[in-house]
Amino acid sequence: MNLEELYQEIILDHSKRPRNFGPLPDATVTVKGDNPSCGDEVELAVKLSPDRIEALKFTGQGCAICMASASLMTVKMKGRSRTEAADMAHAFREMLVAQEPPEPPANFGDLQVFSAVRRFPQRVKCATLAWRALEQALSAPEAGPVSTEESRD
Amino acid sequence: MNLSDDRAWEAIRGDFPILDQQVNGHPIIYFDNAATSQKPRSVIDTLTRYYECDNSNVHRGLHELSNRATEAYEGARTRLAAYLGATDGEIVFTRGTTEAINLVARAWGDQNIGRGDVILLTEMEHHSNLVPWQLLARRRGATLRFVPVTPDGLLDLSNLDALLDGAKIFSFVHISNSLGTINPAAELCARARRAGVVTLVDAAQSAGHLPVDVRALGCDFLALSGHKMCGPTGIGALYGRREILEGMEPFHGGGEMIASVQFQESQFKPAPHRFEAGTPAIAQSIGLGAAADYLDAMGRDRIFEHDRDLARQAVAVLEDIPGVRILGPRDERAGLVSFVMESAHAHDVVSMADQYGLALRGGHHCTQPLLRKLGVPASCRASFYFYNTPAEVERMGEILRKIHAFFA
Repeated sequence: MNLEELYQEIILDHSKRPRNFGPLPDATVTVKGDNPSCGDEVELAVKLSPDRIEALKFTGQGCAICMASASLMTVKMKGRSRTEAADMAHAFREMLVAQEPPEPPANFGDLQVFSAVRRFPQRVKCATLAWRALEQALSAPEAGPVSTEESRD
Repeated sequence: MNLSDDRAWEAIRGDFPILDQQVNGHPIIYFDNAATSQKPRSVIDTLTRYYECDNSNVHRGLHELSNRATEAYEGARTRLAAYLGATDGEIVFTRGTTEAINLVARAWGDQNIGRGDVILLTEMEHHSNLVPWQLLARRRGATLRFVPVTPDGLLDLSNLDALLDGAKIFSFVHISNSLGTINPAAELCARARRAGVVTLVDAAQSAGHLPVDVRALGCDFLALSGHKMCGPTGIGALYGRREILEGMEPFHGGGEMIASVQFQESQFKPAPHRFEAGTPAIAQSIGLGAAADYLDAMGRDRIFEHDRDLARQAVAVLEDIPGVRILGPRDERAGLVSFVMESAHAHDVVSMADQYGLALRGGHHCTQPLLRKLGVPASCRASFYFYNTPAEVERMGEILRKIHAFFA
């Protein structure tokens, strides 16, 4: 597969017209994520009930892969139970970074287009940024921003 | 050798084995020279010959190979000194520009910078000429001050004298790696000297691209990287004016840098060996000497003209593509051009360009504060060297048009 095939309709479409882009005034959790190596920034706002994701939106700027991944994630995660969302976020990362990626879950649908990103290692961080923010929102929202580069003062 | 002569071109490109290959099915166009340059056959052969014939440790050996290695290593120092218009004792081998600057920030800085002292930098510094000074300022309780950058990527020198007033050192980049700005280094050094301020010139982007003479510049320190000037990675140099270098405490401690060692204390060799602890990068130093030979045979003034011509052509080509914004000075830029495309993020552009065999760089180019100030999260950069051709710049234009059409 070449890169033009990776940037197929679905990625171009979501990057040019990101869904769920904007503020979420009644969010219960917001997590900032950044990828300092290229300047991608995503702020994910999630409205969580005790057991599910009621709503989620994002703001920020970045490359097409980063924006499309965040956009498609918000579409796919809305209304999911917290455990289901956490499992999918984990599966998404596995799809891109595992030595031998498992078969993607049946509920992945369009998310599978991102599996090709694993062939462009420099871009994996772009695709996973929003998902890292989501994982943090679900597991440890108080932990602050996430970064693709671990930074300590 | 006339660089506009086609046969001369073939000969130059023929010196670089790496350029004879296809990337993703296209002839490689290597426009990432500001990150690292390619290596001519003569440098590669020098490394091989050293390892095949002369490899040994330097200075302490009493056998033939060690004598040869020592002679070649010290010969490389002499060669580099001549390349910069310095004397042997003023050249310290380092791993590169970054280590050279860290050496000054540690060995000179800890001795000369105290609480409340001012370190003057510019807003266009590479992280390697910013972070070491931040660390020094934190250790010593000093303050950082910055010469501002104008929106078109030049240093705003209108307040320079006030900024220099009370500063202890002024460390600045000669050629900006992210904007291509050529700073008036000799003038900056002269004004600093009048104010009694020590100067360090970051010559990472200039040492291999134009004639650099430390006496003509009038600097106290100058730092360079071998790998950006046709030399191997892992080797660079610090020039330090003799008087200032001789007064400095050591940087790293260990073998090679000592005169004698007791259990409780040691005496150190004079400069430059005082600053070279441990077994040095012997092969790389000798390779750097070969690179200096190669560049001088080519002529650094002609290299500069050629790079600049390609940059001018690139600016014209880029201005013709819809939605492209060029960063940095309009005129008088070195051989690199940074730009952003409205239709696509820098990483998308650079990844896509790679599919056509075109190597660009995308990101913040290790100048995060500068790009933040210019309001650009990431830019694309094409940086040229003497083995690049006008035809390649034309081809870049075609490729970027395709990328624009794809994302627009």
